[in-house]
Amino acid sequence: MSEYIAPVRDMQFVLKELAGLEQVSQLPGCEEATPDLVDAVLEEAAKFAEGILSPLNVPGDQEGARWHDKQVTMPKGFKEAYGQFVENGWSALACEPEFGGQGLPKVVNACVTEMWKSANHAFSLCPLLTTGAIEALVLAGSDELKQTFLEKMVAGTWTGTMNLTEPNAGSDLAAVRTKAEPQADGSYKIFGQKIFITYGEHDMAENIVHLVLARTPTAPEGVKGISLFVVPKFLVNADGSLGARNDAYCVSIEHKLGIHASPTAVMAFGDHGGAIGYLVGQENRGLEYMFIMMNAARFGVGLEGIADGERAYQRAVTYAKDRIQGTDIGVRGGPKVAIINHPDVRRMLMNMRSQVEAARALAYVVGAAHDTAIHHPDPETKKQNQAFVDLMIPVVKGWSTEMGIEVASTGVQVHGGMGFIEETGAAQHLRDVRISAIYEGTTGIQANDLIGRKMAREGGATIKAVIGLMKQLDGKLAEQSAGKNGEHFVAIRQRFATGVAELEKAATWIVENYGKDVRATSVGAVPFLWLFGIVAGGWQMARAALIAQAKIDGGDSDPFYPTKIVTARFFADHQLSRAPGLASTVVDGAAGALALDESMF
Amino acid sequence: MKILVPVKRVVDYNVKVRVKSDGTGVDIANVKMSMNPFDEIAVEEAVRLKEAGVATEVVAVSAGVAGCQETLRTAMAIGADRGILVETDAELQPLAVAKLLKALVDKEQPQAVILGKQAIDDDANQTGQMLAALLGWPQATFASKVVLAGDKATVTREVDGGLETLEIALPAVITTDLRLNEPRYATLPNIMKAKKKPLDTVKPADLGVDVAPRLKTLKVAEPAKRQAGVKVADVADLVAKLKNEAKVI
Repeated sequence: MSEYIAPVRDMQFVLKELAGLEQVSQLPGCEEATPDLVDAVLEEAAKFAEGILSPLNVPGDQEGARWHDKQVTMPKGFKEAYGQFVENGWSALACEPEFGGQGLPKVVNACVTEMWKSANHAFSLCPLLTTGAIEALVLAGSDELKQTFLEKMVAGTWTGTMNLTEPNAGSDLAAVRTKAEPQADGSYKIFGQKIFITYGEHDMAENIVHLVLARTPTAPEGVKGISLFVVPKFLVNADGSLGARNDAYCVSIEHKLGIHASPTAVMAFGDHGGAIGYLVGQENRGLEYMFIMMNAARFGVGLEGIADGERAYQRAVTYAKDRIQGTDIGVRGGPKVAIINHPDVRRMLMNMRSQVEAARALAYVVGAAHDTAIHHPDPETKKQNQAFVDLMIPVVKGWSTEMGIEVASTGVQVHGGMGFIEETGAAQHLRDVRISAIYEGTTGIQANDLIGRKMAREGGATIKAVIGLMKQLDGKLAEQSAGKNGEHFVAIRQRFATGVAELEKAATWIVENYGKDVRATSVGAVPFLWLFGIVAGGWQMARAALIAQAKIDGGDSDPFYPTKIVTARFFADHQLSRAPGLASTVVDGAAGALALDESMF
Repeated sequence: MKILVPVKRVVDYNVKVRVKSDGTGVDIANVKMSMNPFDEIAVEEAVRLKEAGVATEVVAVSAGVAGCQETLRTAMAIGADRGILVETDAELQPLAVAKLLKALVDKEQPQAVILGKQAIDDDANQTGQMLAALLGWPQATFASKVVLAGDKATVTREVDGGLETLEIALPAVITTDLRLNEPRYATLPNIMKAKKKPLDTVKPADLGVDVAPRLKTLKVAEPAKRQAGVKVADVADLVAKLKNEAKVI
């Protein structure tokens, strides 16, 4: 049995050395987040994740959420754990102080969110969805809606959901058919069915606040005719107490590959006369509000790839050290050794570790940029950081989750036949993380968003600026190539320089050809997203290696630093080395994908 | 009633310590440090007494390097009202700590000192007893239940073969055993509040205490590796081995 140990040391390193926590804590509104406070928060969050959430992960998967009589019973222990989560104030960490939140920066929230997700992916979705709903209300809700709902949601005593998907409206939200009929008192009656509603029904909180996309009778067709409504499970009386049961019921939950403890509800609105809903913001602007909030949710889902990857890695390492099989390669008749001594097992473990660390570094750097974009006093700095965040969100979401699937799959492989057996626990990480590359926009959607909205639309301005920043690292890498550990830096420098050049080549091709041949560039979208993820991850690992070397040169004997340099070297040789292949797929890959007639499939 | 809770910063219980190659001690560079678990129980007990309205103020104190501030902040996140650090880079042995604590008790005048029965690094199990002796106060060690009422403390102690209940007069020194309580998880708001609680720093010299070690460490070594066992043929063989080889029966 392998228990989760939060990677606090790596988190602190990334926060302080790569993401610039010090600078973040100097931003107006972020003053509370001094490094010593953040250390204390991480330590205590780690205790909670390790001590309360992690032990429920396997039993929650086995028992699953259960539906009966339009209610959902959570697996044993979840209700109590959620109660303690709320009581200890974790749900309010990054929320607005105005509504009872602690207002800590998003980058700090990223660390603790990763911990919740590593410890218990299924559990973590409840607070994640609540945070998304809170953001939508803060952004677009009227004062009355804010006053009615936000305080309880920030405290976590009420949870939130996002009701977008319908049976015929999945990735294509233009097809949403749920109706909203205006009432004399200014409210609406909602009629329709929503599917795939995460935590749409459960027994952990007093009330559930559904955010529902629906059309008013006069709405235009397509995405420009969708409005956003608040539909609480229980209506709220004027004094804030809970009133009548609203006509919003969970009619079943799904049987899924993974995240069994997370109830995925089919919601029926208005089967008994109409569910009462309240308009958020203005009519027909629902999708716009949802998309702003979706950025945060996509970032959170990206963390799942890192979180499940980390957990899979920890489990694989424990097993590889414990499992004795065969002799050291090349040694006949020698003693039997633990499989961690076998070169291919080493390769697998380093592949897992280096990718998780690279993706974590990239995600936290993007998280810190988001804080800067929100809080920095200078409008130009704000704008630049927001552009960087917008560009990188699909990469953090798409690359981290695909990487997480690969890492969790490798984790199964390290266990050999035992990995295929559920009791070992390795399989759960693979089953759980599989959804992360699908919900909140599939990898294909992320990649299309990246090459279309985030690159082609602005002529590639932001990605060119980012590539410019990447190139600036070469001087330092060159310098270090002549210093201590030079051989590692020679390799990192060469691989990274090639990666950046290939990224530039592929990005230029996409920007130039998107308007001319959108089908061809779209075939290259996902390979491009991988390429961008690998090079951006390699960028952060190269930065990490340089900082680690500076620490070593300064006399720091912490073994963390030489380990980081070796991990960065591995990432360069095993991941950055893939850049030329991916770039050529981006540029040349369309012909074979599009040539066949549909009838040939 | 004011309660003083001494807390020690020790190598985290999850860390596998390594003996330094020169045998002078264990290597604590780059190792995760946290509050001695027995002291965490002491802080929890004091905070519960405050929440129950028995105590009015809980003061956490620590002695050692500047990093002990973190340990004090942890105590304040659990619920201690303020902290005092006696800052020194010197090696501190139990007698020196007891003397420092006595000086702080003289200054703070608490009605009770609650601390861990021992620290998980040196396992000395001496500081509480020495402090009681220096103060001339009653002591109740290895507490598994504590009731403070009026000027008396009723303390249930874990002793070999069972439980012993003592009544002692306050002020007194109480040392905590594992089963006294289960420390809470600190809440996020309390972690943030802890940062703003007062933390005073003094030096041993300010308290007039000479902390120079009285004991000299000659050598620190890893415990001997456990020998592989043998399979015995039958009970008679086992008994014979226990008698003749192990000489335990």
